Amino acid sequence: MPVNTAAAGKSYPPATYAVGREKIKEYAHAVGETNPVHLDVEAARGAGYADVVAPPMFAVVYSAGAMAPAILDPDVGINLAAMVHGGQEFVWGKPVVAGDEISTTATVKEVYEKGGKGFYVFESQSTNQDGEDVCTATWTNIVRGV
Amino acid sequence: MATELNQGDALPELKVTPDKYLTMRYAGASGDFNPIHVDEEFAKAVGLPGKILHGLYSMAQVARAQTEAGGGPESLRRLSVQFRGMGFPEQEITVTGTVREVSDGVATVETVAEQGGNQIIRNAEAEIAL
Repeated sequence: MPVNTAAAGKSYPPATYAVGREKIKEYAHAVGETNPVHLDVEAARGAGYADVVAPPMFAVVYSAGAMAPAILDPDVGINLAAMVHGGQEFVWGKPVVAGDEISTTATVKEVYEKGGKGFYVFESQSTNQDGEDVCTATWTNIVRGV
Repeated sequence: MATELNQGDALPELKVTPDKYLTMRYAGASGDFNPIHVDEEFAKAVGLPGKILHGLYSMAQVARAQTEAGGGPESLRRLSVQFRGMGFPEQEITVTGTVREVSDGVATVETVAEQGGNQIIRNAEAEIAL
């Protein structure tokens, strides 16, 4: 089945994620973060943050609600059983702390075929409750045998 | 963040061995419960040697090597990676990196994650604010 490039440019409604202190800690423990600014409110405040700070890669958590409808969109038509995560880029802005509300918008950036594989490139843009950029991400998913 | 990183410097190596249950904890923390990461039987049924690590967990280890070198979470401005091969629990991951250039207070680092001789994250590039 050839890749359907018609979905390129499609955007999805923003999804909002309320950042919780315990969720940051859970994530930080799972990835092995030991910096107390992720785990201890007093340490975070002592370092000048309003609350515990999300590790940069916590972006995957607050972006997930916006990304899922894009990746699962029948208009995009990804064969999930043959999909692998090929590449990823994050560009970070303002740090995210517990108590923030992050709004993320996903877009289909590019769809193309190369060497018998389908490349589905998504972009997500995340901002905090003050409208400040916290993260821009590029997600590249590769589908074998298109 | 008075971090000293100069062109040609190697980042301190980061070594981590995800335990047998890590993929469950990471699934819970990230929300990604794809069975290839948490179900040994399912993974084998689809032709994998066993449960595989989440690529974004491995990327988080690469990120950690940068923030530890950079002096905190805010030092990491950008990270771009390619996922190759598969990572597995109960095998040591080593993240290494070299500063390619320093310009305008930003170090650009070429970095990789390797496990058992395979590069599971390659062609990765990080920008660390100094």
